[in-house]
Amino acid sequence: MKNQLLFLRNGKVITGLVILGFFTLLALVGPWLSPYDPNQVSDALLSPPSATHWLGTDHTGRDILSQIIVGARGVLVVGLVAGVSATVVGVLVGVTAGFVGGIGDESLSALSNMFLVIPQLPLIILIAAQLPSAGGLTVALVIGATGWAWGARVLRAQTLSLRKRDFVEAARANGERTWRLVLAEVLPNLTAVIASGFVGTVTFAVLSQVTLSFIGITPVSDWNWGTILFWAQNNLALQRGAWWWFVPAGACIALLGMALTLVNFGIDEIVNPRLRSTGLHARSLRRRGIRPRVGFTPVVREVRS
Amino acid sequence: MRFLLRRVVFYALTAWAAITINFFIPRMLPGDPVTALLGRMQGRIDSNAEHSLRVLFGLDQDTSMWQQYLDYWGLLLRGDLGLSFTHFPTPVADIVSQSLPWTVGLVGVATIIAFVIGSLIGTFLGWRRGTWADGLLPVATFFQAVPYFWLGLITIAVLSVNLGWFPSSGSYDRGLVPAFSGEFIGSVVYYGFLPALTVVLSSVAGWVLGMRNMMVTVSSEDYVTVAHAKGLPERQVMLGYAARNAVLPQVSSFALSLGFVVGGTLIMEMVFSYQGIGYTLYQAVSTHDYPLMQGCFLVITLSVLVANMVADLAYALLDPRTRTEDR
Repeated sequence: MKNQLLFLRNGKVITGLVILGFFTLLALVGPWLSPYDPNQVSDALLSPPSATHWLGTDHTGRDILSQIIVGARGVLVVGLVAGVSATVVGVLVGVTAGFVGGIGDESLSALSNMFLVIPQLPLIILIAAQLPSAGGLTVALVIGATGWAWGARVLRAQTLSLRKRDFVEAARANGERTWRLVLAEVLPNLTAVIASGFVGTVTFAVLSQVTLSFIGITPVSDWNWGTILFWAQNNLALQRGAWWWFVPAGACIALLGMALTLVNFGIDEIVNPRLRSTGLHARSLRRRGIRPRVGFTPVVREVRS
Repeated sequence: MRFLLRRVVFYALTAWAAITINFFIPRMLPGDPVTALLGRMQGRIDSNAEHSLRVLFGLDQDTSMWQQYLDYWGLLLRGDLGLSFTHFPTPVADIVSQSLPWTVGLVGVATIIAFVIGSLIGTFLGWRRGTWADGLLPVATFFQAVPYFWLGLITIAVLSVNLGWFPSSGSYDRGLVPAFSGEFIGSVVYYGFLPALTVVLSSVAGWVLGMRNMMVTVSSEDYVTVAHAKGLPERQVMLGYAARNAVLPQVSSFALSLGFVVGGTLIMEMVFSYQGIGYTLYQAVSTHDYPLMQGCFLVITLSVLVANMVADLAYALLDPRTRTEDR
């Protein structure tokens, strides 16, 4: 167990988790925390950041900080729902394909490869634009329905290599049922891959949803960071030099995406020890007397206390 | 040969799947926006065009689904994508074929630049891993996480509005007549610089990280050690032995990332009002022009498939294993 918690000691993972925790907190308590109602208009039209409006106001005097705080929930909920639904489909398709083999595998892999090659964003736009009301959850499900293929592909490859391992064969020889083989023997060994696929999908879902809001497909009254950018773009924030309108929202998206990527790096380093040693800081390597050179990659065994 | 044949079959299947998805989306989704629009168009639309719209959107209630599907294919094979509602009565096929070259040019140039620069930087970072060069990784991570369109907004704000170096929208000087002249091409390059720069900036990070991780893996292979032991110069080992092998997965992942890059470029066109297919899609979405939307999706998808096939062909040329492998 201690070995599994090891990745929490990784600096990148800690940074990522702290940022994620911050945004999660914002999503949970945001509406009570925000200084103003994000829809409340005021006389301070397009005013730069000040003591009363920390991040300034938009063209109708609405407080931008409040919009960002309230919008965090929309972004995170969509990311989570899309991530969970895509991961479930990905696990079902990928593990089944890897485990059954034969014609079932061929057709399932062909299906996921098709979904990989068809450009996702135009497909999502096409579906979302034709729905009568493309609210947050609908968009999340559409993203989930189109975004499972990458996870399925990676899981299939991993399952294929696990299927013939000795411990699975032993369990099979013991007369275990197929579903038990999959649930008890194969799935636990896929945890890291599933987790990394989940985090990747959440990143993609956040970016897609924000993009959809930015081009005005989701209702503009649902606050999320993309909606803020939609208003900014459509009211010439760029030309008016209102940087406080579009910089913070975009920075939040970038920060969230970066946090998710950092967590994913941590997971990758568990799976691939070669990357782990390079993940160590250059200085700490030198202090330990390890010189990374071509021809060999130092694989550091962490001392268990 | 076998490899190529399998790929061609796969792409044919995918094209069929995309066309079928395109057929089913307006039929499966609730609501019927097209009937409403047709009602508004009453009288202005001739019966022939109305028929093709009905076939494309599944409004003939009296024919079976299968018959509708066959009719749909019939229209597509004749290149009939219906009429655009907003640019009435221009056929969708005309609008799309006018905007497609702009997108192909933008995505093509930007992707090649990003691929070359990204792979070179990644080679260097992977070779010098564990040194100061690792400090560049967080920067790459940041650029990978930034949404395309926001980077576009920032470059417009800085390079166009504040510094005034580049125009913030459009794809060539409106005072010029499109012609194959130096002046016109210069204008296209000048207007296209900023969108291309943004696409390069946001897609280069993916290539850097992929190449770097492959270099880390490849550097510990025996043949690299042997090359070192032979006393070959560092540069030659890095480029001729390690990078040469590390770049193969890059080429094969090219196909998978292309759809993503194209999606990003479409958004970029919306930000820059660049007259490519993404901007057309944007206009179609904001004016509820359903035939145009469907047509855009179809053409985008088919173009991505063609590009993927080219990438696969390149991969087969680069990696002899795909040619000899017979399974």
